[in-house]
Amino acid sequence: MGSTQLPPGTEETLAATSAAAAAPGEPVEMVQLLGPDGKLGTDPVFSDYAKRIDPEKLRVFYTDMARIRRFDQEATALQRQGELALWVPLTGQEAAQIGSGHASQPQDYIFPTYREHGVALVRNVDLAELLKQFRGVSNGGWDPRENNFHLYTLVLAAQTLHAVGYAMGIQRDQKLAAATDSNDPKAAVIAYFGDGASSEGDVHESMVFAASYDAPVVFFCQNNHWAISVPTEVQTKVPLANRAKGYGFPGIRVDGNDVIAVHAVTEWALEHAREGRGPVLIEAYTYRVGAHTTADDPTKYRESAEEAAWREKDPLDRLEKYLRAEGLADEAFFDQVKADGDELAKYVRSTTHGLEVPDIRDAFGSVYAEQHPLIAEELAWFEEYSAGFESDEETAN
Amino acid sequence: MATMTIAKAINEGLRASLTSNPKSLLMGEDIGHLGGVYRVTDGLIKEFGDERVVDTPLAESGIVGTAIGLALRGYSPVCEIQFDGFVYPAFNQITTQLAKIHSRSLGKLTVPVVIRIPYGGGIGSIEHHSESPEALFAHTAGLRIISPSNAHDAYWMIQKAIECKDPVIFFEPKRRYWLKGEVDVENAGLSEDPFKAHVVREGTDATIVAYGPLVPVALAAANAATEDGRTIEVIDLRSISPLDFDTVEASVKKTGRLIVAHEAPTFGGIGGEIAARISERAFLHLEAPVIRVGGFHMPYPVAKVEEDYLPDIDKILEALDRSLAY
Repeated sequence: MGSTQLPPGTEETLAATSAAAAAPGEPVEMVQLLGPDGKLGTDPVFSDYAKRIDPEKLRVFYTDMARIRRFDQEATALQRQGELALWVPLTGQEAAQIGSGHASQPQDYIFPTYREHGVALVRNVDLAELLKQFRGVSNGGWDPRENNFHLYTLVLAAQTLHAVGYAMGIQRDQKLAAATDSNDPKAAVIAYFGDGASSEGDVHESMVFAASYDAPVVFFCQNNHWAISVPTEVQTKVPLANRAKGYGFPGIRVDGNDVIAVHAVTEWALEHAREGRGPVLIEAYTYRVGAHTTADDPTKYRESAEEAAWREKDPLDRLEKYLRAEGLADEAFFDQVKADGDELAKYVRSTTHGLEVPDIRDAFGSVYAEQHPLIAEELAWFEEYSAGFESDEETAN
Repeated sequence: MATMTIAKAINEGLRASLTSNPKSLLMGEDIGHLGGVYRVTDGLIKEFGDERVVDTPLAESGIVGTAIGLALRGYSPVCEIQFDGFVYPAFNQITTQLAKIHSRSLGKLTVPVVIRIPYGGGIGSIEHHSESPEALFAHTAGLRIISPSNAHDAYWMIQKAIECKDPVIFFEPKRRYWLKGEVDVENAGLSEDPFKAHVVREGTDATIVAYGPLVPVALAAANAATEDGRTIEVIDLRSISPLDFDTVEASVKKTGRLIVAHEAPTFGGIGGEIAARISERAFLHLEAPVIRVGGFHMPYPVAKVEEDYLPDIDKILEALDRSLAY
């Protein structure tokens, strides 16, 4: 993948489609290629991008969506059994995450929210690392530089500004690279956030900065319809994709349960950004089928009929229908996917049990990068205090 | 040696860092063509261009948040917050992100961002332009807080802040921007370590601790006290976090009496922390309670009455009298 040239006329076509240009308040068109019935449709711009996805890639999409759903179930079960303090389920949002994650290149950098388990999978982050935060043994843990996948940020929308700043750094690096004839591939950044976070001021400021400097960043908003118990209607009176217009860059609503469309749109947006044409906002229209976290009860704030309607649009079901109908995957494939999922679940369960509880002494060591006398003093005090208990134990023995 | 104002010294310090470190850059409101509302960045955009001296949109959270992103990409951004009272929109980015990314990543990531904030009163300004919010930041682990009181320190401390791998908030005493002093641009000398306190006047009868804008006031009070035959030691703290308690402790063990002065309100301020630590470290050496001289527990007052609010020579002398009479 990764054509560096946009097809001629792409910008104009985009501007002409209502998906990109609906006026505020008007119904917005949504880019959809693979419908809930498993049939592949067309789009004037994005079908060309969808054509780049070969059957093997489609099978990878399915495998990854199934794996992350199985992981999600296992993590939820681990929370119910008291092994995790909390879990943030992603079920329902697999296509939005797997599709967009696969559109990214290794040199791109990802700033996730705390629900981007699917993107983490695509970026080759060890899924057991994600559980550390929810088991209370780490606030992050993995090295973001290894897979260009940043740590989960819990303060909503704070990471959207980091993404823009990082993109501003890429711009400066590329100028330096151009001056030195470097062959480093062009890079972009994806900033993930949700419909709830879209109300945060940092999202606004990040879009203002990104637009002003044409920063190579793709704002990927998963509109999953619920910010804990508050529906999207309370966050916005207009389709979120339309907001991009106010900042002066393209905004596209895509069916977030259609992995093919999500991949196509994100690939277009990332190329747009990498080529120096500035930011793009993607609103992936999807649904959080489960609770916000394991700490809330969706029956208190929404109708089960709504959930049922969205289950009809399930991202895995529609891709399975398509793969079967087109003869791209057989029963053995689906059996294997299920077996792999169970294997992953087993791995996650056993790894969770084995996660080491850190020593608070280590926390002293990472407050500052350089020597700090107060840290040294407090650590010394703690060592002495702890040693007092050890000698008490010796006396007792 | 060159004579320059504190504002010029910071300007020259920034110029030196921009020259020596190609990954350093300045960001802020009106810092480019205008050169900043206090002209601290005057002329730098001409020399280094708008990619390295960046006029940003008017959004403080945006400035600090994008600076964090630049730092994650390997840059050393220096943000200017136009006035002390305008830092609060960035408070979330500073305290939940900037201060914590190093520990959140178990030490794998560093975010060497410097935030310059002109602070303090005494310039007859309108609301939000005279505040001293340093204690709010000192309470947050992961940040370093420093404040120069003279031109030589200003020149060197800003460069040391930019070199530091940790985030540093650099509080600039705005009413002293025009205070001239000798700067040795060749040798940092005692300014080499920006996190150590300096004894700027030796004495035996009492110690006055101050920082930033109040150092000249503390020195003037100490000089005035000589009329009563008192020799007063003055410490310029320079760094608020980390705080060099060793230097303060050594002084108090010599003088037995301690006055702490800052413009920030006394309640919940740095003076309270110093009083508590010194009582733990040097209780039996104290001849009197530690006395704090600071702002009242009120929003910074209107300009026409700020003289009654700000610690001045008389308020420090009154505190000295109380301490010495105890």
